[in-house]
Amino acid sequence: MYDYLQSNFSHDSSPPFQGVPKTFSRVVDLCSFDPQREGVPPITFLQQVLAVCFYPELLSDENFALDVRQRARRLIQSCEGSSVGCYTPSSGLVYIQHRIAEFITRRDAGVPTDAHSIFICSGFWRTLTMMTKLLSSSEGEPQNGVLVPLPYPHTLAMVLGLAGIRSVPYRLREDTGWAMDLEELQRAIRTARGCCRPMAIFISNPGNPTGHVQNRKSIEEVIKFAAAEKLFLLVNEVDQHSVHGSGIQWVSYKKVLFDMGPKYWEGVQMASFHSLSNGLMGECGLRAGYMELVNVDKEVMIFAETLLNMDISSPVPGQLALDILLNPPQPSEPSYDLYTQEILTNLATLTENALRAHDFLNSLPGMSCQPAVGGFYVYPRVDLPAEAAGVEADVLYCQELLEEQGVCVGAGSENGNTGGEYHLRLDPSSNTPTRKHALVRLGAFHLRFLDSYSCGPHLETP
Amino acid sequence: MSQHRLVNPLVRNIRALKRGALVRQAVRIEEEIKQGMKKPYNEVIDVSRDNPHATGMKPMSFSRQVIASCIYPELIDSDKMPLDVRERAKTLLECIGGSVGCYSDTIGIPIMRDSVSDFLTRRDEGVPSASGNIFITHGSDHVPTLMQDSGVLTPVPSQDFGNALVASGATAVPYYLDGQQGWRLHTEELQRALRSAREVCDPIALYVINPGDPTGHVQSRESMEEIIRFVYEEKLLLFANEDHQDILIGEGCMFISYKKVLAEMGSPFSDAVELASIHSASKGFMGEGGLHGGYLELVNFDPSVQIEFDRLISLLGLPIIGQLALEVMLNPLQPGEPSYEQYQEEIQHIRETLVHNVTRAFEVLDSLPGISCEPINGGASMFPRLHLPHIAIHQAKEEEKLPDFFYCSRLLEQTGLCVCPGSDLGLPEGTYHIRLCIMTSVDTMEEVLRRLGKFHKQFMKDFS
Repeated sequence: MYDYLQSNFSHDSSPPFQGVPKTFSRVVDLCSFDPQREGVPPITFLQQVLAVCFYPELLSDENFALDVRQRARRLIQSCEGSSVGCYTPSSGLVYIQHRIAEFITRRDAGVPTDAHSIFICSGFWRTLTMMTKLLSSSEGEPQNGVLVPLPYPHTLAMVLGLAGIRSVPYRLREDTGWAMDLEELQRAIRTARGCCRPMAIFISNPGNPTGHVQNRKSIEEVIKFAAAEKLFLLVNEVDQHSVHGSGIQWVSYKKVLFDMGPKYWEGVQMASFHSLSNGLMGECGLRAGYMELVNVDKEVMIFAETLLNMDISSPVPGQLALDILLNPPQPSEPSYDLYTQEILTNLATLTENALRAHDFLNSLPGMSCQPAVGGFYVYPRVDLPAEAAGVEADVLYCQELLEEQGVCVGAGSENGNTGGEYHLRLDPSSNTPTRKHALVRLGAFHLRFLDSYSCGPHLETP
Repeated sequence: MSQHRLVNPLVRNIRALKRGALVRQAVRIEEEIKQGMKKPYNEVIDVSRDNPHATGMKPMSFSRQVIASCIYPELIDSDKMPLDVRERAKTLLECIGGSVGCYSDTIGIPIMRDSVSDFLTRRDEGVPSASGNIFITHGSDHVPTLMQDSGVLTPVPSQDFGNALVASGATAVPYYLDGQQGWRLHTEELQRALRSAREVCDPIALYVINPGDPTGHVQSRESMEEIIRFVYEEKLLLFANEDHQDILIGEGCMFISYKKVLAEMGSPFSDAVELASIHSASKGFMGEGGLHGGYLELVNFDPSVQIEFDRLISLLGLPIIGQLALEVMLNPLQPGEPSYEQYQEEIQHIRETLVHNVTRAFEVLDSLPGISCEPINGGASMFPRLHLPHIAIHQAKEEEKLPDFFYCSRLLEQTGLCVCPGSDLGLPEGTYHIRLCIMTSVDTMEEVLRRLGKFHKQFMKDFS
C-alpha cells in the first residue's frame, strides 16, 4: 500500500489517476505524520536561531531577542569552521552530543550519561538502519532475528529485511490498550529460537502506531525478559514528548534500568532512539535523531561510528535543532513565554485532533479504537469481510478509499496485522477543513464499503 | 553484542582508516593546547579532508540569505534581505510546503528535480534531461546500496568509497590510476582489473571520478570515449562522480560531462550504456557538505531498477535545507538581479584563491627534496608523493605504522598540521603520499605550506 501510494502521488496536489473522472481534486493524505505540512506551525525560537546560524550577519540584529542571538552564537561556535556547511565528526558535533547527554541526565533525574555513547544521525530510521546493520549476520551463519511488536511501525519490516534480519512478532494485547504481554514475549522467543538466532527485541514506547505508554512495571518485565534471554534492547522513544493521556507518566527505559540496580544496569545492553520528527517540533524535514548506547563495548561503538562515517556526517541544521528541542529556553529568558505557548498549543492541537478522530471512528459501525495516550496515530480495528483473492481486505479498503474519495489511510497489514484482524492507520495531525472533510468522506465510504461487501462471505475482486 | 565477534562481519571488514586515528590525535592536541600545554603552534590546522569553511573559505552569501529566509519566513517580509533573495525564498517556500520542517518527497521535491534537469540540459548544451530520471540524494552513499553482492571497479587513489561498498556487501575491485602521468586512466589497467574481478565476484559497474579526487586529473574527451567503449563492450554500468565540476584550475581545462560525451557518441553507445552520475552542493564554490544536498541522474536504466532504487531511498528521508542549497547552486542569478554581481565576485574569488593556492603549493613543495607533485587541473586537493628515506620506512615499521601514516602523525604532533595519508586512499605498500585540501584561504595555505615545508626538511634530515 505504501508502494502504491508512493508510486501514485507526491505532495503536489495533481490527481494521479488518468482517465477516470474523480469527485475530488486532490488527494488528502491522512496517514503520514507531517504536522507542519498540515498547518501545525513551526516553533519561532527554532526558526530564528537556525536562521541566524545560517546567516551570522543577523547576530548584530537587535530585532532578534538576546537569547536567540546568544544561542545562535554558541551553536555557530560549536560548528567546524563556525559554519553550518562544514562536515562534522561522524557521530555528530561534540557540543551537541554533550547537550544531548545533559538533557538525558536531567530527564532521568540524574542517571549518568556519557556523551561518547550518543550517536547523532539523520533521523530515527537512518539510525535504526545503521544499528541493524551492526547486528545482522552474514551469509552462512544462522540468520539473526529481532522480536518485533505486532503491530509494528510500518517501515520497520523493510529496514530489518534490508539488513537481512528475521522479524519474529510478539503480539500486543489490543484489549488492554495494546499493552505488552510477558507470556506472549516468551512464546515469541521460543518461536524465534526455532528459526533464527534472536539477538534483540524492538520496542516502541510510546507505541507506534498504537499510542500505548508502558508503565514502570511493564518496562521492568521487559528488561528482565531481555536480560534472561540475552537480548539487545532497541527502544524507539521518539514520541516521549507526546504523552497526552491524563495521569499517564512516561519514563525512559534507561531510568527504569538504572533503578533496577547493578544486576541489570551493568549487564543489559540497549540502544534508545529519539528524533526531531515528533509531535513537539514536527521538524521532519531537518532530518536529525540520535541513539544512546548503554553497556555496549567501546570497540563496538567504534564500528557504529565507522558505519555513520559512510554518510560522512548527518545534516548540520538538524543537529543544531536537536539542541533546541532538548534544551529549550528557560523561564528567565526572553523567548520562554512564546516558546512555551507555541509548544503547548501544538500539543493541544495534536491531542484534540487525535481524540476527535478517535471518537469519530469509534462511532462508525464495525470500527473500534483503543484509547491512545501517547503519540498521535489513531489505529482502529475494522471488521471487514474475509480477504479477497490475492488482496488483504484492509488493503482493498484503502485502495478503494483512495480511488473513490482521494483519501489516503494506512492499511494495518503494513503494520503486521494480517490474517483477518484488520486495522487502519491514521495520523490526524491537524484539523484543517480539508482534513475534517476527508474524515467525513471516509465515514461515508466506510458505510458504503460495508454495505457492498456484506452480501457474501468472500469479496469479489472488482 | 558485547563481543566483537557478534558484530556483522561486513562491518568488521570495513577498512579502519588512519584518518580516524589522526583526528583523535588532533582532538587530544587541541585539548592539551586548551589546558595551556606549550606547543610550537597555537592551533591545529586540519586540511585532511575537503571542508572549505573550516579552512577559511566563506559560504556563498546569496545561498545563505535565501536559506535563512526560508527557515524564518519573516525575513521575506522585512527589507533586511535584497529583493532577489526574498523573491527566491518565497517561491521555494511555497514549493516545499511552507516550512523547512515538512517531510520531503522521497526522491526530492518536484521543483528541485526540475531545477536539476534544467541545469543539466543547459550545462550539456541541449542534451535533454528528464526530471523523471533525477533523484535528489544526501550524497554518494546511496548507489552502493544497489550494488550489494556485486563488484565495482573502483579507482585508486580515491576517498573511502570502497568502505561504503564493503558495508553493503559489495566488493570494491581496485584499478590503479597512473601516478607518473598525472593520474590518468588506462584502459589496459581497467581490463586487467576486470579480469581479476571476474575471479572473485560478479563485477557490474565501473566507478570513475571526474574531475579526479584527490588526483586533480581532468579527463579528456578521448579518454572518456575510451571508458564508454569499455563499459559498453564489457556490459558494465558506469557510475560517474562529477562532484568537482564547478571549478577547474588548469588553464584551458574544460569539464565535459559523461552524459554529454555519451550522447554525442551516438548509437549504439548512447542507447545502451547505463550511466549514473552524481553531483552535490558539498564541493566546488558552495562547499556546503554539512547540508547534504545532491542529486543522481540515471541514463538508460531499466525502469524497474529505478523503482527499486526509489523504494530503497524512501527509507532515508531527504533534508529540505540540502535541497534548497542545491537549487540555489544549480539555478544561479541572472545579470541585472541585485545580488548578481556579488555572487559572481564570490565565485571568482574562490576560483582565484584555488589557482593561487595550487601555484604556491607547487612552488613550495616541488622544490623540497623527497616530494614530487603531479599537475592539478581540478578538484580541491593536492596529492604529493613522498620519497621517504629507508630509515624512516624502517622506523615506521618498527612502530607498526604504515610509513605515510608515520609521517602524518609526526607532522601533526610537531606542527599541528593534519593531512591525510595516501594509504587511506587505497594505494598499495611501497608508494607514499599525502593528501591535503587546497580549498583554503590564501593565508591558511601559506601557513600550511610553511609548517609542512619546515617539517619536511627536518624529517628528511633526521632520517637520512
